[in-house]
Amino acid sequence: MIWVVFATMTGAAVLAFLWPLAGKPRVAPGRRVEVNLYHAELADIERDVTRGLMTVDDGEAARTEAARRLLGATTEEPAPVGRQGAKIASLLVILAVPLLTVGLYLRLGAPDYVDMPLQARLQAAPANMDMAAALARIEAHLAQEPDDARGWEIVAQVYVGLGRAGDAARAYRNLIRLQGASPDLLITLGQSLIFANEGRVSAEAQAAFEKALAAEPGRLEPRFYLALAAEQQGDKARALDGFTRLLADAPPDAAFAPMVRERIAKLGGEAAAPSQGTAIAALAPAEREAAIRSMVEGLAARLASGGNLEEWSRLVRAYTVLREPEKARAALAEARKALGADAALDALARELGLGG
Amino acid sequence: MITEIGHYALVLALALALVQSTAPLWGVWRGDAALMATARPVAVMQFLLIALAFAALTHAYLTSDFSLLNVVENSHSAKPLIYKISGVWGNHEGSMLLWVLILALFGALVALGSRAMPEDLAAATLAVQAWIGAAFLFFILLTSNPFLRLAQPPIEGNDLNPILQDLGLAIHPPLLYLGYVGFSITFSFAAAALICGRIDASWARFVRPWTLLAWIFLTLGIAMGSYWAYYTLGWGGFWFWDPVENASLMPWLAGTALLHTAAVMEKRDALKIWTIFLAILAFSLSLLGTFLVRSGVLTSVHAFANDPARGVFILAILVFFIGGSLALFAWRASRLRPGGIFAPVSREGALVLNNLLLTTCCATVFVGTLYPLALESIAGEKISVGAPFFNLTFGPIFAPIMLVMPLGQMLAWKRGDLLGAAQRLMVAVAAGFAVALLFGAMRGGPVLSIVGVAIAAYLVIGSFAEVYGRIIGHGATAGVALARALGLPRSAWGTAFAHAGVGVTLFGLAATGWGVERVQAVKPGDRIALGPYQLVVGEIVKRPGPNFEATIAPMEIRSGGMVVATIEPARRFYPSRQMPTTEAGISTLGFGQVYVSLSEQNPDGSLDARLYWKPWVALIWIGALLMAFGGGLSLSDRRLRIGVARRARASAAQPAE
Repeated sequence: MIWVVFATMTGAAVLAFLWPLAGKPRVAPGRRVEVNLYHAELADIERDVTRGLMTVDDGEAARTEAARRLLGATTEEPAPVGRQGAKIASLLVILAVPLLTVGLYLRLGAPDYVDMPLQARLQAAPANMDMAAALARIEAHLAQEPDDARGWEIVAQVYVGLGRAGDAARAYRNLIRLQGASPDLLITLGQSLIFANEGRVSAEAQAAFEKALAAEPGRLEPRFYLALAAEQQGDKARALDGFTRLLADAPPDAAFAPMVRERIAKLGGEAAAPSQGTAIAALAPAEREAAIRSMVEGLAARLASGGNLEEWSRLVRAYTVLREPEKARAALAEARKALGADAALDALARELGLGG
Repeated sequence: MITEIGHYALVLALALALVQSTAPLWGVWRGDAALMATARPVAVMQFLLIALAFAALTHAYLTSDFSLLNVVENSHSAKPLIYKISGVWGNHEGSMLLWVLILALFGALVALGSRAMPEDLAAATLAVQAWIGAAFLFFILLTSNPFLRLAQPPIEGNDLNPILQDLGLAIHPPLLYLGYVGFSITFSFAAAALICGRIDASWARFVRPWTLLAWIFLTLGIAMGSYWAYYTLGWGGFWFWDPVENASLMPWLAGTALLHTAAVMEKRDALKIWTIFLAILAFSLSLLGTFLVRSGVLTSVHAFANDPARGVFILAILVFFIGGSLALFAWRASRLRPGGIFAPVSREGALVLNNLLLTTCCATVFVGTLYPLALESIAGEKISVGAPFFNLTFGPIFAPIMLVMPLGQMLAWKRGDLLGAAQRLMVAVAAGFAVALLFGAMRGGPVLSIVGVAIAAYLVIGSFAEVYGRIIGHGATAGVALARALGLPRSAWGTAFAHAGVGVTLFGLAATGWGVERVQAVKPGDRIALGPYQLVVGEIVKRPGPNFEATIAPMEIRSGGMVVATIEPARRFYPSRQMPTTEAGISTLGFGQVYVSLSEQNPDGSLDARLYWKPWVALIWIGALLMAFGGGLSLSDRRLRIGVARRARASAAQPAE
């Protein structure tokens, strides 16, 4: 369909060129224009003299001058020319205009893309709706009816998935307002706040964990974050105490145990992490990403002073996983600089869709 | 689909521009009238296609189609309708599209409107116009394409820069572009004249309405831009000698010179080579302005995007057109026959003087604008050439222009009578002295202001002295005078109004010396004396707008205890861009203005404010409007209208009209 419109447009454009060529052969107007102008000028002079703007003598002189100009103007009539030129030009235009236009448009344009007016996207049937539009629709609904707990539940999960931790925290606050402060909600709120604050445990987050712990003293997660808060506030003793007691209360095969051991080690206590990988896998999504980020940054810092192909590939992949294509590209370029052109790197770039 | 149709139309317009830039020229070379004739319909089609592309982009903005990157970056669904429309050209890509749209518009107007023009000249003019069009269409499609799509459209856009969300922006760029780009037509005419070897009085006659049209729009565009800067930027100033402003002033000065010398060429067949040169210069300076603004060489409100690739592209266009036209000029100008001769004291002589002074002014601005840039790129040294430089150089060169202006109007063509002209101006001189005495006695104050208003009064009276002389000069009853007034050519009235406009603007500029300025923190209940008025500050309120949050400090303006006006200066915050803006509170009282702009809110709740009383300030822009009005009058003079010959012959039969 769209190509029919394109073809019509192209046809009209070419016709605009062909139209004057189709008529009778013309002769250039030649002297007619000069003669007309001469008359116009005489009329002007006449008028100026009548109004006293010019003296009669000056008017006479001006008339003579205009006449001299007319005589001096080109006197040769153009010779008629054949239609050869017009034919060649028509052929060239008929061929070149569509070729050039379609060729360039295919490089630049997106003929398969439909128009996506915002209103239509927001009103589309849910099945056809894009993610952003669906989210916007629920948000608009929640702005109207802020007491719809189910709506907040959905957007909270979407926000976590999109990494919009601040918005997720807002959604959890609303859920707490509507469903009461259950320990689960308080903990997720706290986690979202930590993520939104780039890993720092804010006062609000700390309060949420304390409340969760008070409601259900058996929970272990709040204790981890509260110890972390203490560490961040510089209260090493309390942090170390919190982590150590947490480790003691936790089952030996608890998924978070290695992580806790690492904190303890960092704070100068005993115990060490057996394997970082398994520890990270066991974390909640928010913490997992924070942990991965700190690892990746460590790797990047290390690679700045040299590394092998495998390590560089890991870094590039990590950035891709973290949805940071710019950094991934930059890392790829760094790797090429460090290792020279490498077929393996090219293959990696292709695989991750980072371009040549 | 509409978006893609617009995109395709733009590509098709490029292909057609390439056709239009070659086939008619080939026709001129072969003397083939049929090929020459293709230029007109192709130029019209070219305009229709670009208009379609522009309409498609506007449609995307109106419907908030965030599958276009350009819309995402510069629009917001909550933005008021007018700014959705103005947002189309409130960004780099869209403004370039507007640029080529206007370029094509002028091409189409020439194609449709200059039927009386010799076919070879029309064909060559449109071909040159298409060269410019093709260059800029390439530029848009390859480096600044507004039609780029996104597979995953976001639900909301980034909004337009809040400073640009203003009625001024809706009007200022299109006007300025009509002016800038309007000079492309005079440039195309000049290049065509060189190509065809056809440079005579008739050429000047064809080109003059286009020069006038471009000049009117440029005048309005500059005035509008200045007023916009005055009330949005909140510094209370209206001209900053900012390189971007200078970039628009330079073509204006060259265009003004061109306007006057084209008159000489038309009337007297003289100054031909110089006129052609000015036509090239005016457009070259427009291109230079586009380069300065668009390349990111300068940092300003106007530099939407700093992309070196774009800068290099525009620089290439600049070099091609300026270099090419100058080469053509050097090659062909020697073939031109010199025109009529005239005495130094004559209308022509006065216009030559005007040209010398205007081009010197232009050169001054050029040096002041480009020298710092050149120095920075060569020596890496940053210097600032600001108002002091321009006040010291531009002012003294412009002053003689204003003094001589009414005198030039009084001189006859070919041989003038200087003494007689001076005598007839005595009234104007007397008026100048009277105004100087009046203001000196009433206000005292800076000598420069007194001299300024005196010259302004002399200019305004002097501008109309010639018209007055023609109407009343020989002793006439009211009826005869009215008949004569109506019978005068409109271009005479146009000259008078435009020249008087310069005087009016000068009056406004000179009166700034009597302004009052205060910078202080204001809080509710404050009473502030400001010139002849007293300001009373009301309760500070917060008020939400469609896409911003405003803090308003309403104020009453009182005179002798009576409230004469209220203003609401505000500070706005646009959350989507995290940007504050200042909304000045302005009240026009007579021709003066009370101007209050707010800055930061202090911890104690008071607001830092700048308060001004600016007497006569509105005259600065009213003068510019008068200049444009004069230009419009000249343009409506039937001698300049299209189809010159036919109408002129008809009027010859009834000279009194």
